[in-house]
Amino acid sequence: MTAPQRVSYRMESTLESVNKSEEMADQQAARAGLDEDTRGGFSMAVREAMINAVLHGNAYDTAKRVNLSFEQNDQELIVTITDEGKGFIPEEVPDPLAPENLLKQSGRGIFLMRAFMDEVRFRKLNPGTEITLIKRLPGTDLDRQEAST
Amino acid sequence: MSMKASTRQVDGVTIVDLSGRITLGEGSVVLRDAVKDLLGKGQKRILLNLGDVSYIDSSGIGELVSAFTSVRNQGGELKLLHLTKKVHDLLQITKLYTVFDVKDDEAGAIAAFSR
Repeated sequence: MTAPQRVSYRMESTLESVNKSEEMADQQAARAGLDEDTRGGFSMAVREAMINAVLHGNAYDTAKRVNLSFEQNDQELIVTITDEGKGFIPEEVPDPLAPENLLKQSGRGIFLMRAFMDEVRFRKLNPGTEITLIKRLPGTDLDRQEAST
Repeated sequence: MSMKASTRQVDGVTIVDLSGRITLGEGSVVLRDAVKDLLGKGQKRILLNLGDVSYIDSSGIGELVSAFTSVRNQGGELKLLHLTKKVHDLLQITKLYTVFDVKDDEAGAIAAFSR
């Protein structure tokens, strides 16, 4: 077993941070050995979580920061993103797949995070929100358990 | 890579050749402005060629939906052409693939517009 590796960044609430985080996510996923398709989904989920933090959380406020961290252990890649915004209740976000919501312009970010990650958790902070994204690494015990269920 | 949009006319249909990424920020704005400009000129048969679009995020999906409803609300038609696998898969999981009229050959797409 290798020791968990964790790297953290404190980022401005800008579109550049969103783009940069997507690039970093792709690099992390490549180092973790994810295939190209899975990497694309992983980096998209990170991008969507960052958009959530920068746009909906911190509302591009230059005084507020977003913390982004990547952690890898033997089983998983774990991404944690926190903002300093007013927070939200994930359960209250409308289902973007419901027929009445299909033609809405927004509201698909959390759905995409869940689509490409194995686990997505939200935690209310004071102030802000913490989003944790977990991707099981291929060939691990957790991945095999999931495949068999 | 930034987003580019160029338009051409074929048999009464405006084809918008898009390339790059349709994402939050510039990419979404380029698409929005292109469709708005066409509708302002009364060009309501619009075919979005996404063959060179490498990536779309949730904001870009929203912009495609917005373009679709704007055109439809003005009595026009908007179709999509040449989806890459990534974009195709994204529209599938968001259940939008059946909402949009998606074509994979240009001549067939042009012929499919109402006259």
